[in-house]
Amino acid sequence: MRKLLALLHARNMEFLRDRATLFWNLVFPLFLVFGFAFAFSGGTDYLFKVGIVGAAPEDEAFLQEEYLEFVPYDESDRAAEKLRHHQIDLVIDFDSGSYLVNRESPKGSAVEKLLLASPGSALERREVSGKAIRYVDWLVPGIIGMNMMFSCIFGVGWVIVRYRKNGVLKRLKATPVRAIQFILAQLFSRLYIVLITATIVYAGSNLILDFIMLGSYLDLLAVTALATLCMISFGLIFASRLKSEELADGLMNLATWPMMVFSGVFFSMEGTPQVLQWIARAFPLTHYIEAARAIMLDGSGLVQVAPNLMILALLSALFLGISAVSFKWE
Amino acid sequence: MSSIIRVEELSRKYGNLTAVDHISFAIDEGICFGLLGPNGAGKTTTIEMMEGILSPTTGTILFRDQPIGANFHERVGIQFQHTALQEFITVEETLKLFSALYMRHRDLEEVIEICSLRDILKQDNRKLSGGQRQRLLLALALVNDPELVFLDEPTTGLDPQARRNFWSLIEKIRAEGKTIILTTHYMDEAQELCDDIAIMDHGHIIARNSPEKLLSAHFDGVLVRLPWEESQPLPFPGNVRRINNHIEIHSRDVDRTLHELIHAGVHLEGLSIHTPDLEDLFLKLTGSSLRN
Repeated sequence: MRKLLALLHARNMEFLRDRATLFWNLVFPLFLVFGFAFAFSGGTDYLFKVGIVGAAPEDEAFLQEEYLEFVPYDESDRAAEKLRHHQIDLVIDFDSGSYLVNRESPKGSAVEKLLLASPGSALERREVSGKAIRYVDWLVPGIIGMNMMFSCIFGVGWVIVRYRKNGVLKRLKATPVRAIQFILAQLFSRLYIVLITATIVYAGSNLILDFIMLGSYLDLLAVTALATLCMISFGLIFASRLKSEELADGLMNLATWPMMVFSGVFFSMEGTPQVLQWIARAFPLTHYIEAARAIMLDGSGLVQVAPNLMILALLSALFLGISAVSFKWE
Repeated sequence: MSSIIRVEELSRKYGNLTAVDHISFAIDEGICFGLLGPNGAGKTTTIEMMEGILSPTTGTILFRDQPIGANFHERVGIQFQHTALQEFITVEETLKLFSALYMRHRDLEEVIEICSLRDILKQDNRKLSGGQRQRLLLALALVNDPELVFLDEPTTGLDPQARRNFWSLIEKIRAEGKTIILTTHYMDEAQELCDDIAIMDHGHIIARNSPEKLLSAHFDGVLVRLPWEESQPLPFPGNVRRINNHIEIHSRDVDRTLHELIHAGVHLEGLSIHTPDLEDLFLKLTGSSLRN
């Protein structure tokens, strides 16, 4: 334990004093969040969107209205969720003979007036509530996840490969330290470095952008910690044997770029080819972003995101096992 | 004296290349043992097998008559030829880190004193000079108060003054009764520090004894050297060799040799008289220069 703590402390010192890397770890994700928030802040649709559940009567006059886009939904729950997030402005549920409106949406009340003014079926009024979700609210879990992924995989993988190449690992091999103690020290050091930077990035951008956070911060932290563990374990696989920084760099890029593009960091994977969606299910980042979004935007608790957590835990165990078995000092 | 470490029929192959070929020797406790040879002779491979870093292809290594076991690294200190130190931490932090990795400890103050690190304790590892760095690496090999210290070419790349300083550190450690195993390709270093040496070439040990005994066994007298000129034939038959751009006459009686040279009409300009050292011994044994 003493050995582990000593290695952990040395690694932390190295990271904290490497100002350039530290700066980059904090500033880059902040840039990304602000950049995207700025880029996607304007330009709302002029069209009103109305969700339709069930079969509408043939002659329903409201459905003939211009400047309205009608979006069919199979399930009323799904339509209601979109309504809560201001992604649509009103839902008409012909199955139950009712309509839903979000009381916090000004556009919703405008569409409601149109509906009430048009002759047609008498529908029962129901309300939902929920703040508008901006792109940036949706984006933040993705950016934090992506940053965490890069920091874990490169931070662990690259650093250990460099240690191996320049002989730091060989020197440690000549001491009574066991490989597992070294690996755990690297893992814990990176774990809390990443959690602290993620917290700073979150808090820093929240100060200006004021995100939606419907769930518990503790749950979010727990999910982030598990995902970080999973990513570090993944990075350790690259670190376990490679001697060349160039090769490690290439392989780590090969692993991280598909995750960055297809894990839903910047855009939703809904509507992409099914094969791609299946592949994305295998990425730890996908599960982190889903779980973090569910907590932040839908107010889910750990129970609701348990499937994501299970997969992250299984992947962590798998990755850690592979790296422990294949680790070589030289 | 009992031997602290013994190797028997030790070999190491890299593919088709045999770096070390069935060597055997034992090292007495409390001495400074030198493993000498040119670059590529197999010194580092041998010492790394003895350090438990490389596994031998065949052969055995016994530390105090036992095979190298789990606590071997607890009892020995190692200074490698090339080691990077963790960056962004200071000399003092590096010492504390390594000290924490061992169950056995030596008071760090003592280690700092022996290796003259007092003035650079707060310095970042990245900013150390060659000599300071080697002193720190030596200190790291001492933090666990080892019985046996391995030093692999510790003075390579140091300036002459830093080398002399380092030699005095090694003397201090030996004076404490620790056994030292040193590899070097500097013959003066071996002559200065070692009680016992083995000269390696092409993976074999080609000579083994104390420097004095080796020299007296192979040389009796001095070497008279003359610049070699195309026009000037070798002056007389006898113990004469041509090495590069000079000829070397092995002489037991300098007066007589000089008389003979003058008598033969040889120009004595550029003549020098040289007491044989380990480098000469190596040349004699292998016919090639140590620093080739």
